[in-house]
Amino acid sequence: MTTRLFASALFAGLIAGLIAVLLQWSLMEKLILEGEEYETGNKSHFAGVLVINDAEEETANIADPAAEPEAEENEGLFMRFALAFFADFVVFVGWSLMLVAGFAVAERFGHRISLQTAMLWGIAGFAATQLMTGIGLPPELPGTPADDVELRQIWWVTTAISSALAFALFAYGRTPLFVVIGLALLLAPHLIGAPRLDYYAGVAPPELSGEYVARSLAVGMIVWVVLGLAAGYFWNRGADTRTA
Amino acid sequence: MKTLNQTRTHATVDTGLLPILSAIAAGVFLIYFAGFAQAAQYHDSAHDTRHTLAFPCH
Repeated sequence: MTTRLFASALFAGLIAGLIAVLLQWSLMEKLILEGEEYETGNKSHFAGVLVINDAEEETANIADPAAEPEAEENEGLFMRFALAFFADFVVFVGWSLMLVAGFAVAERFGHRISLQTAMLWGIAGFAATQLMTGIGLPPELPGTPADDVELRQIWWVTTAISSALAFALFAYGRTPLFVVIGLALLLAPHLIGAPRLDYYAGVAPPELSGEYVARSLAVGMIVWVVLGLAAGYFWNRGADTRTA
Repeated sequence: MKTLNQTRTHATVDTGLLPILSAIAAGVFLIYFAGFAQAAQYHDSAHDTRHTLAFPCH
């Protein structure tokens, strides 16, 4: 049932991607751009006082009545959002392919994937890729200094895979031994520890970072639940049309 | 006869290993480019998405 696999993954991924775009647009972009104001030094917040450092740039704009830079800036922003939103679709079609492949594997072992089960798979996907990885590598507002990116990527991938395997063992393992192995897989990356700096050097206000992290996790949760439900729906729909 | 039919139905419900592995490979491929590739054009294009979804970024 190759068509069923790829078609349900694609449809579900596109729906989840669309939700991701809407949430990223409405909840995240403003905070990302605000974070960049601090990253580039346009704004600084030390001692509880907001300082805007781009006075010179403002005067330059006023002096030029053509206001060309602003139009260019808007065009740049449009392009930037368009690419980021395209990336949302790519990411969630990608996760969707892996999720539905997981459904297919579960069915080979004789486990039926209902809509409810599929939603739990989605939540597990969120937990593996954002909650468990977030313990060591929390979502970062642009401008947050962090350790070497390759080391962080390796830790992230390892943690996501071992957490996903752990959840699968908890859900489908037949003996207590599976639970023990699952726990070991879940804990190991955190016992090893994520690569991190031994100092703090963030330039953005902590309130902004806090808001950003909370929203990032909420967006991830919502989109993954939608992905799970949509994937489960199309997966079962494919099965129905085939048996009918 | 009935048993035979059921067995056949069951066999077609199961997805073959090759499609499963291809789907995983395609998924990994997409996630790699959107979430991990450090070449400037991938990084810059997906920058805001990587931050939103908490992929390790620059």
